[in-house]
Amino acid sequence: MRLWLEKQRHLIDFTLASLARRKTKNIGLLLAYMLLVFVLASLMLFTHALRSEAAYVLASSPEVIVQRMVAGRHDLVPPDYLERIGRVRGVQKMQGRLWGYYYDPVLNANYTFMARPSGEIADGGIMVGNALARERGLSTGNTISFRSYSGKLFTFEVLATLSPDSELLSADLVLLSENDFRRFFEYPAGHFTDIAMSVANPQEVRNIAAKLGKMLPDSRPILREEILRTYESLFDWREGIVLTVLAGAILAFAILAWEKASGLSAEEKREIGILKAIGWETSDIIRMKSWEGLLISITAFLGGVLAAYVHVFHFGAAVFEPVLKGWSVLYPKFKLLPTVDGLQLITLLFFTVFPYMAAVLVPIWRAAIADPDTVMRA
Amino acid sequence: MRPSSLALSLLLLLALTCLFVLAPASAPSTDARRDANRAMVERYGITDLALFTEARYTRHPSQADLHSAFQDHPGALEHFPTGSLLQPHRPILTQYAPLARETTPSD
Amino acid sequence: MIELADIRKAFNQGHTNEYWALHGISLKLDAGRVTAFRGPSGSGKTTLLTIIGCLAKPTSGRIRFKGEEISGLPERFLTDIRRQSFGFVFQQFNLIKGLSALDNIILPGFPSGRPRAELLANAASLLDRLKLSHRSRARVEWLSGGEQQRVAIARALINDPEVIIADEPTANLDTALSLEFMGILEDLTALGKTVLLTSHDPLVVESQAVHRVIAMRDGRLTET
Repeated sequence: MRLWLEKQRHLIDFTLASLARRKTKNIGLLLAYMLLVFVLASLMLFTHALRSEAAYVLASSPEVIVQRMVAGRHDLVPPDYLERIGRVRGVQKMQGRLWGYYYDPVLNANYTFMARPSGEIADGGIMVGNALARERGLSTGNTISFRSYSGKLFTFEVLATLSPDSELLSADLVLLSENDFRRFFEYPAGHFTDIAMSVANPQEVRNIAAKLGKMLPDSRPILREEILRTYESLFDWREGIVLTVLAGAILAFAILAWEKASGLSAEEKREIGILKAIGWETSDIIRMKSWEGLLISITAFLGGVLAAYVHVFHFGAAVFEPVLKGWSVLYPKFKLLPTVDGLQLITLLFFTVFPYMAAVLVPIWRAAIADPDTVMRA
Repeated sequence: MRPSSLALSLLLLLALTCLFVLAPASAPSTDARRDANRAMVERYGITDLALFTEARYTRHPSQADLHSAFQDHPGALEHFPTGSLLQPHRPILTQYAPLARETTPSD
Repeated sequence: MIELADIRKAFNQGHTNEYWALHGISLKLDAGRVTAFRGPSGSGKTTLLTIIGCLAKPTSGRIRFKGEEISGLPERFLTDIRRQSFGFVFQQFNLIKGLSALDNIILPGFPSGRPRAELLANAASLLDRLKLSHRSRARVEWLSGGEQQRVAIARALINDPEVIIADEPTANLDTALSLEFMGILEDLTALGKTVLLTSHDPLVVESQAVHRVIAMRDGRLTET
């Protein structure tokens, strides 16, 4: 055991001394490798944390939302729907919701307007999301005017800004009283955007949704589990626009690594011959090269993952911001709670170490089984 | 110092740092901010994250129509890879300009 | 110490370019002596040394080393014997560029897992004996030809082998350095080493340090 250990350390010594000969090239390669792992790991950590954030937070979203569909698009819910839904057995709580979108030409941004009961917000007052407040320079007590779609001007007083910690949910929210909402969007009285409801027995959700569908054929119930599923698959590989862009980088690195690792120069072949002639076995040479591959790829993996962690959880995934932001103007500032999926990291470890090891070892194999007397004959 | 000792101890240090940093994050934890957000979701009946505000099918993906992806923000293209790679067409915004002018007070 | 019986070696056997380098060599070599193989290039002397040194296997024939038959052993065992019993000094020295003299010398000690401290101490004392201590940290490509050869000799000695095999050791050296090499040969004999070398340099084959000269031509012994 001691002998074995000492021998492995000799092999590591040698491989390090070999790497040190082309210091700049090898450090450059290591950094490029680390950068690649960093981007991939950032993406993994970020999407995982975002998904788990969504799963946790949205677990308390409405159990069932009933929309009305007209010609494939959702439409206002007429007044009698509330009462008809109320008659379905098992429906416990029911509430007509009023919300909609407003395009603000000042910021070129969309806001989400949401009505609250007048008890909560007085007429003429609004509560705004923190991103919106930041972008428009609003604070409590300011007034702001919106021109409605019908061309009328409404002035509101900002009663409060929503907590900055909730930006991921409320960046673009404008909460206003029900009366103001109806006047602003000229909503017909008694109509709602949709209906949120809960059921007495959560096991019965699907049955009740089916009953609603039968009773109101133009309605579309959206279950909470569907909402959660939407966010479970958020940024899966098909939505990986970043990955698409990255594919080029990965390919470029693969070529670089292959060139570096597999392009055994005449010099390297000669060295392997020398080592064999002076008493190294084929397996010693392969082991020595494996150490090289392992040291480089594991260092790249650990360094990249560590940097990614800091990037995602301490710098808010700043590298991805421009990509995620897309063409939207209001981008929430949020801090994700550090969550790491071990399995995901192990997968990344595998994809970091394995291809590099293969690129290092495959060409070495051929050179290492060459006859040791080639050095003498040369 | 022997090169292998140096390299192995640096690697070990890196691995331990990683473990030290990542391990706490792999266990479920409670967070006051997150709980406050959950309460807010319940209170306002929020259904979606406000990550992408440019169009209804990105702002509220779980609530959007099943069939069409029509833009709300004049600059928003469709929610497909091309939409994220292609710059929106600037003149569209001018069509929305009347919204900013030509208004009358509500009362 | 080393007995060869009817050693034959073919290259590219079975192909159209088949070539027989050795045609039945039988020879007995004694321990503790310096033996020189002389002959023009292509006479098969280097091939013979690679076979004796377990770098290559003969196509047919038997080799006995210290009374043991070794020609039939698998490569793994041959590598062990080569590492423990033979030290090589190649014509081109075959040092690993970019590494220091010291790092080159200790390389043959790696596969056996000898402690690094022991290897380094050993290498330092060898360099001292060869009067090269001052260059131990220098990269080998910065050394002169004579210095490189002394590093190669030190490397051949690091595992304390019984047999030193040197292929054309003076081919890249001037007269003064060649004479210096002959001096080192005498030291090796004094240490009880068996030395086998190839050369067509009269300076070597006619030297007092060489005890036996074996002439070869076309893969056969012409004079023993």
